[in-house]
Amino acid sequence: MNTQAISLQTMASPHARAANSVSVVMLKVMAALVPATAYAFYLFGSPAFWLWAITIAASMAGEAACLRLAGKPVKAVLYDGSAILTGWLLAVSLPPWAPWWIGVVGGLFATTLGKQAFGGIGNNLFNPAMIARIMLLVSFPVQMTHWVVPAGAPSLFDGLRITLGQMPVPDAMTSASLLGWAKTDMARGIDLLHTHLPGHVFDWNGARVGSLGETSVWLIALGGVALLYMRVISWHIPVTMLIGLAVPAALGHAADPARFMDMSTHLLSGGAMLGAFFIATDYVTSPSSRAGQIIFGLGCGLLTWVIRTYGGYPEGVAFAVLLMNALTPAIDRLIKPRVYGRTMGGKPISLKGETK
Amino acid sequence: MGIRELLTGVGWGVHPHDDHKRPAADVPLRVMPTPAKLCIPLLQHVGAPAKPLVAVGDRVLRGQLIAAAQGNVSAPVHAPTSGRVAAIGEVTAPHPSGLPFAAITIETDGLDESVSFKTVEDPFSLTPDEISQRIAEAGIVGLGGATFPSAPKAQLGRKHSVHTLIINGGECEPYLSSDDSIMRERADDVIDGVRILMHAVGASKAKVGIEDNKPEAIAAMRKAAQDFAQIEICPVPARYPMGSDRQLVQVLTGKEVPSGARTATIGLLVNNVSTCAAIHHAVRHGEPLYRRIVTVNGGAVAQPGNVLAPIGVLVEDLLAFAGLKSEPARLVMGGPMMGVALPHAQVPTVKGCGGILALTAEEITVVPPSPCIRCGSCVKACPMGLVPLELSAQIHAGDYDTADAMGLDDCLACGCCAYVCPSQMPLVQTFSHAKGEIWRRAQQKKRSEFTKQLAQARQERLEREARERVEAAARRKAQRAAQQAAAAAADNNTPSEGAGA
Repeated sequence: MNTQAISLQTMASPHARAANSVSVVMLKVMAALVPATAYAFYLFGSPAFWLWAITIAASMAGEAACLRLAGKPVKAVLYDGSAILTGWLLAVSLPPWAPWWIGVVGGLFATTLGKQAFGGIGNNLFNPAMIARIMLLVSFPVQMTHWVVPAGAPSLFDGLRITLGQMPVPDAMTSASLLGWAKTDMARGIDLLHTHLPGHVFDWNGARVGSLGETSVWLIALGGVALLYMRVISWHIPVTMLIGLAVPAALGHAADPARFMDMSTHLLSGGAMLGAFFIATDYVTSPSSRAGQIIFGLGCGLLTWVIRTYGGYPEGVAFAVLLMNALTPAIDRLIKPRVYGRTMGGKPISLKGETK
Repeated sequence: MGIRELLTGVGWGVHPHDDHKRPAADVPLRVMPTPAKLCIPLLQHVGAPAKPLVAVGDRVLRGQLIAAAQGNVSAPVHAPTSGRVAAIGEVTAPHPSGLPFAAITIETDGLDESVSFKTVEDPFSLTPDEISQRIAEAGIVGLGGATFPSAPKAQLGRKHSVHTLIINGGECEPYLSSDDSIMRERADDVIDGVRILMHAVGASKAKVGIEDNKPEAIAAMRKAAQDFAQIEICPVPARYPMGSDRQLVQVLTGKEVPSGARTATIGLLVNNVSTCAAIHHAVRHGEPLYRRIVTVNGGAVAQPGNVLAPIGVLVEDLLAFAGLKSEPARLVMGGPMMGVALPHAQVPTVKGCGGILALTAEEITVVPPSPCIRCGSCVKACPMGLVPLELSAQIHAGDYDTADAMGLDDCLACGCCAYVCPSQMPLVQTFSHAKGEIWRRAQQKKRSEFTKQLAQARQERLEREARERVEAAARRKAQRAAQQAAAAAADNNTPSEGAGA
């Protein structure tokens, strides 16, 4: 072979790269969501599927529209999968039989105002799925707290009619969620020892009211473990978030069972598992150092418990995550790893006692 | 702390799944036949370039000194074989810029006639200064790639009363196995070099760190060192960049080198295994450094392996010897993590070159960068505890001072951050650019301060001169007045004198 003819492109080192990319990361997260989502489709039937599909489509449409307006390459960015994942995470946090426009408004809001308004992927301050969920909850409280009992899955076509609002949902099928029920009864002066919470005795099959990501909580946790195994996420945020929720819950329940719900109810209800493994671990909106991630996780857990226990809303994961998202730049600024050969303060380490 | 850190004690760095070291590392060492032409660069080390001692047309012999060291930190250069000096001039440097640098070109005659070497029976009867002298005369520099001249380094070690030598057999770069090869095939030479260096530095013990992915080298080195209790062979976890002096020191001793300081300040001196073998040859056999083991590897190489090649051989000759089976997409001198991309193959090898890689397009995967998703992979990977994503963001925002304050100067340019980045961001390139920019600004500041000083001095001089002029004028005026007064007095006196007469 003639080496004279070799024309080369010179580039800075390193000349090797790990086989990793943004879309690979997003695909792994989506794969981890598949079991929980598929099981929830089985539980809640086709309306859940239609809502899921509509939310993702809206989220992608919002992203594409913003990219076009900004003059950025639409296809290349859309293919990184982040908009699909945002829509997916939003969908699994919604009431499964919510009307179609909840998904459309939420999906569009998530990727336009929640993400692209900040400058697109990597620049958003808040988790796009959670900010959309909060917007929906504040704006449309009736639809967002209208949960169905997982019984009798309608056909694919009937399901579509339910989602499109062409077919009414029988009242007998709807109920408040566990956390919502507890909050209402407490407000009415009925303490936790005398109320009959739906699904209070935990159902392993997930046959309870809730969002897609709440009912199949074990499969969500399984997906989270898969993400840990694939090294997409590290243990720091999920474990500390669950600890931050479990410890005050256990202490409160031990002190006054009539006033405070027990630990397992806290951990297995609402968005705790989904939040710990899939929402709070969002790279963009969580701290980058390990110490910072621990503080972030504890904060998410603690705030969730505080909001659930003392706040006006029955569920607190989305609010807690958004509040900690707002703190992330401060955490990243204040908590940095120690640089090799320097003290925590950044001064070179002293030589005293080091020679001989 | 992650799970890996709990198991191995090493939380930083990266571990490429396929380090590409084998099969090249397992092929027996080959000796390259003398090529027709050699280009021996005058600057193959940190410091001042060597000064040529030969003229065009001179006949030179193997091992003959052809360029002498200049200044305190420098190294001489020797002819790798016999032949005629064809040119003394510029050749393309092994650098991505493709800029020229000075070299002596030798047309070899194939006779390989040698000068006679001064051997020493017992190097331990020599004084440390005599050993340093022999190391300096042999032109030995750090062969791990840093190419700091070894003699001033040994003297630095003595000055700081270094107690332990850290011998670097880490060779953490993927693809490379030249240190592995020297430890497998020349373990006795390496251990003898370690003992000589200990004597030269005054160290009482030595620790040889070898990554545990080289069991053959560990076994050979243990066998060679079994009679010397003061030399300890320490397998270390295979984790890039284990071969970085600061990381190896941390793993072997638990100590950290203070930021901005040398390892000698904490009583340690780090030397590469190949350097130790070269010291053995120089001190015992009087043989200067004119050849070394180079790993020729990469997907485009037909017969990858380790080659004992003369220093100054052109990369194209080396590739021709190992054979190419496909057209390389990139040529790299050094390893894939820190090596430099070569502009073409008509580039000479240097003393610090442990490997030449001919990589195929599949191996280098050039993907356009996308925005940072703040995943923090780079933070976990950085062996120096830096936050590359923040550094990069500050640099892209033009805030070099903040980047500097965040520890940019501590960056090793090891490439771990860029290796793991899912967005394929050119982090090392960004940091190199910023380091250059900060250096340039510091130089500019120095220059402008110097100019300010000069201007101030000029101003002061002008003011002083003006003041002096005024004073001189006043003095002259006073003088004149005095003279006039004196003259007037004389005029007055003269008639009175006359009157009095």
